[in-house]
Amino acid sequence: MGFDTAYESISEESDSGHRWAFGTGFTDPLAGVDTSVPAGVDGADLAAYCLMLGDDALIMSHRLQQWLARAPELEEETALANIALDLLGQARLLLTRAGTADGSRQTEDDYAFGRAEREFRNVRLAEVADADFAGLVARLLVFSTWRLALLVRLQSSADPVLAAVAAQGVKEIAYHRDYAAQWVIRLGDGTDYSRQRMEAGLAAVAPLVAELFAPSATEERLAGVAVIPAQLRAEFDAVIAQVMAEARLDWPEVGWLDTTEGSGGSSPRAGAVGLFGRGGVHTEAMGYLLAEMQSVARAMPGATW
Amino acid sequence: MLVRARQVAQSVPDPELPMLTVADLGILRDVAVTGTRVVVSLTPTYSGCPAMAEIRAEVASRLGAAGFADVEVRTVLNPPWTSDFISPEGRRKLAETGIAPPRSRTKPTGGPVPLTLFARGPRVDCPVCGSADTVRTAAFSGTACKDLYRCRACAEPFEHVKEV
Repeated sequence: MGFDTAYESISEESDSGHRWAFGTGFTDPLAGVDTSVPAGVDGADLAAYCLMLGDDALIMSHRLQQWLARAPELEEETALANIALDLLGQARLLLTRAGTADGSRQTEDDYAFGRAEREFRNVRLAEVADADFAGLVARLLVFSTWRLALLVRLQSSADPVLAAVAAQGVKEIAYHRDYAAQWVIRLGDGTDYSRQRMEAGLAAVAPLVAELFAPSATEERLAGVAVIPAQLRAEFDAVIAQVMAEARLDWPEVGWLDTTEGSGGSSPRAGAVGLFGRGGVHTEAMGYLLAEMQSVARAMPGATW
Repeated sequence: MLVRARQVAQSVPDPELPMLTVADLGILRDVAVTGTRVVVSLTPTYSGCPAMAEIRAEVASRLGAAGFADVEVRTVLNPPWTSDFISPEGRRKLAETGIAPPRSRTKPTGGPVPLTLFARGPRVDCPVCGSADTVRTAAFSGTACKDLYRCRACAEPFEHVKEV
């Protein structure tokens, strides 16, 4: 059969039951993969960890998708769409892994479209809106640098499914990081005006960085399975410093992250009394994002093509 | 039965690179027969490759049409696909169609992944005229697995399968 046009490929009326379309009716991305939980690993903790990493990818992907038809050039639009697609693929695998790890058999769609804001575990860096393209590449640089350091280590996870998802993701995120770094350098080391915009982009992102390395009890309990985020800091700082030097930019000073109650720190995004995205406490942007992302699934629950 | 099943599974084209079969692309990992059941193992190229569902359906459908009633298509995530899995035949077909095939990949060291800060991309020969005087014009192209180049000798724009 021919697939010369997208229309032909989805409208062809042959071998019924196997045709699919975007949006719903996706097949299980872990079909045929051994999803038993390794001995000694708590399935509920493993599921919670998969939701953290899966939600980071899902929400970041959704924000990137919002750039489609708004990017400055067609090439950048294609780039952002491809990056969003890679992250969506990682999210699908991780959310599906969550539902197999705790035995709940929840699907990727159940998690993506059926949860409320407080149940999402993504870091807040993934959810904030971008003021402009410079803001986007600043956020993508920070996100990719952090996630790449994480996935490189996750390749040796005691959970073979997580290890395999990480090994695939490393190649993808490395490419995303290069893309973002090259744009940060081009804008930072460009004209006075592009430099100002790039500086503003970094300033918007910097207050959300400390949260990426904050400890969580789930990761502590999953020794050998999960990556302890504090261990990523040195690599993260080294990569960011390399990009800043090449871009002739200074990483913005941010108020010290003080998580003691009542102190508030000096950063408006330091987190409410030490609560972050991992604990389900999000920024104002998250509710609007979910309202859009979940609108079709909530209007027509269980609908299929 | 196994030989026949393998022939059918190998012949399935990739919907986004239809000049290549799943065997050329290196995503067909295994075909096995147990009793009357055919088990086909496939590996996705990229985590988000939207063609995977289509390919799985097509494998099952072609085997069904060839008389195999009991077909299971499994996903194999480990080891992950790399562009080195593309067969010599696949590389030849890509070049014939005007898509520059990937070069051999630099093997990862296992440590931190080094940054690539120069945007030029690897040196790729033009699949049309063979000139090495080419320039990368975009880091991404119509599919996740390709980027875009232009030949300065014959002025032809062309796609290149990325080394991953």
